[in-house]
Amino acid sequence: MQALLDQMIQEGAFAGVPKEVVYTIAMVLTAVVVLSAFVAPLAGVTSWLERRVWARMQSRVGPNRVGPQGILQWLADGIKNIMKEDIIPTAADQKLFPLAPYVVFMGFLCAFVVIPFGESLIVADLNIGILYLLSVTSLVVVGILMAGWASNNKWSLLGGMRSAAQIVSYEIPAGLSVLTVVFLAGTLSMQGIIKAQGWRPWDWFMFHNPFTFCAFFLFFTAALAEGNRTPFDIPEAESELVAGYVTEYSGMRFLFFFFAEWGNLYVIGAVVTTLFMGGWQVPPVTDNPVLLGILQFLTFFLKAYFWVFVAMWIRATLPRVRVDQLMGLCWKYMVPLSFICLLGTIGFMFMDTNSRRIFGAITLGFAIATIINFFRRVGFQFRSAKPEAYWKPHI
Amino acid sequence: MSVSTAVFNLIALLLVVSAAMVAFSRNIIYSAFSLLGTFMGVAGIYIFLGADFVAAVQLLIYVGGILVLILFAVMLTHRITDVTITNRAAGRIPALIVVVGLVYMLIQTVRTTPWAAAKQVTFASTTATIGDAFLYDYLLPFELASLVLLAAMIGAVVLSRKEIKE
Repeated sequence: MQALLDQMIQEGAFAGVPKEVVYTIAMVLTAVVVLSAFVAPLAGVTSWLERRVWARMQSRVGPNRVGPQGILQWLADGIKNIMKEDIIPTAADQKLFPLAPYVVFMGFLCAFVVIPFGESLIVADLNIGILYLLSVTSLVVVGILMAGWASNNKWSLLGGMRSAAQIVSYEIPAGLSVLTVVFLAGTLSMQGIIKAQGWRPWDWFMFHNPFTFCAFFLFFTAALAEGNRTPFDIPEAESELVAGYVTEYSGMRFLFFFFAEWGNLYVIGAVVTTLFMGGWQVPPVTDNPVLLGILQFLTFFLKAYFWVFVAMWIRATLPRVRVDQLMGLCWKYMVPLSFICLLGTIGFMFMDTNSRRIFGAITLGFAIATIINFFRRVGFQFRSAKPEAYWKPHI
Repeated sequence: MSVSTAVFNLIALLLVVSAAMVAFSRNIIYSAFSLLGTFMGVAGIYIFLGADFVAAVQLLIYVGGILVLILFAVMLTHRITDVTITNRAAGRIPALIVVVGLVYMLIQTVRTTPWAAAKQVTFASTTATIGDAFLYDYLLPFELASLVLLAAMIGAVVLSRKEIKE
């Protein structure tokens, strides 16, 4: 990127303009292009996919009218929401109410800066990568509290409070699980963490030792809770709080909150992939840098999207937890467990590589056995139930 | 004016304006939310000084922790916006005298301090250096600070728990 710009400056493309200004404009333009060409369709398609996947899991059809298989549904929803009347309730706070969606959105969007899509495909490989990601996502809490308070509605306020308490609590197990990986990699940089792993599953930090395997599940659960996803979506629990902190929002403002939520789903998947699943690491099959870049991007994207799918699956399967259960789960089980994982991983770091590999292999074997058992049971379900719709997921 | 100076000025403007809003806003909830801008501006200044780790931690601790706590406290306090915050014991004239004196002192301090010009900032990773400093040179203060925090946490639990009476 910089090399290209330097070449263009040398050829006199921007005569009379200071170099710094050219760089700044290029950076801003890149950010805008990335935002409109990648993040927006990503969140949109995720929203469509979530509805379809949900529908299949609940024996419904789901949105299938707009475009082939309904894939353009998110565009139709966006247009509809933009055209809606922009309503700000009279009793709401006139300054903070319109501001809150943008604060939430900013916190989510800043995370994309450090997500490594490939060896050279990253906006900025910061030295403090993962710490930066944890800190910018804390902006979301402020936005949600702002939305809850500014709506001047008891359901909204309760939802905002719940959400803030939940995010602040679950930051601790999430942070400690991230710390186990940081200890192993010896760096906070996202690319550094990926480079410390390999493309083989037994080189991933997930199968480094049994404790990192636990840390992976702790992190994924905590990330779901921080993203206000079912089963932890008590801030917007329909059965208790109408719609929580988004009760008073409508039109595009409402969509901004959900845009952030669906986009955040991908961020969760990407972070999990980076920390525990080897990120973009691919086997050395080709020397062509372009082809290799595409392969890395696809690997990363598919790994991350697999976890997005798992999050949808969990949402369709599990019931919502109660507020006290949520806090109990965090403070009584996940925080102590993540401390144990941290200490256990430190213990494994003193072990020599060969004896550590045995434990890693046992963990990997356990994971494979679980997956095989899962497919066996699903296959039994298929054979015994013989439902037509299972074989035609495209209806 | 170079671009980095312009960005610095923008950050400084954000910092000063939001700090002024914290101080002058009539509504305490606006003050609390204005702190967001102040904390972010401070983080921006840390970045300009090349302290990337401190900037991220500033956001994590102050925005993610302290600001949320302040907001909780403000929101859970009943009728906090209706209270007129005025000190009846001292009127406007003593206040004016104090303010003028303070402003004079501040301006004098700013004028007489020999300000060091910012060194050429290198954007090297500071995380390892900070860790080394904590665990070699400043180990005792570091451990003491953790002990104080632990004591504070235990104190908070003792104060807030319900006493179980048989």
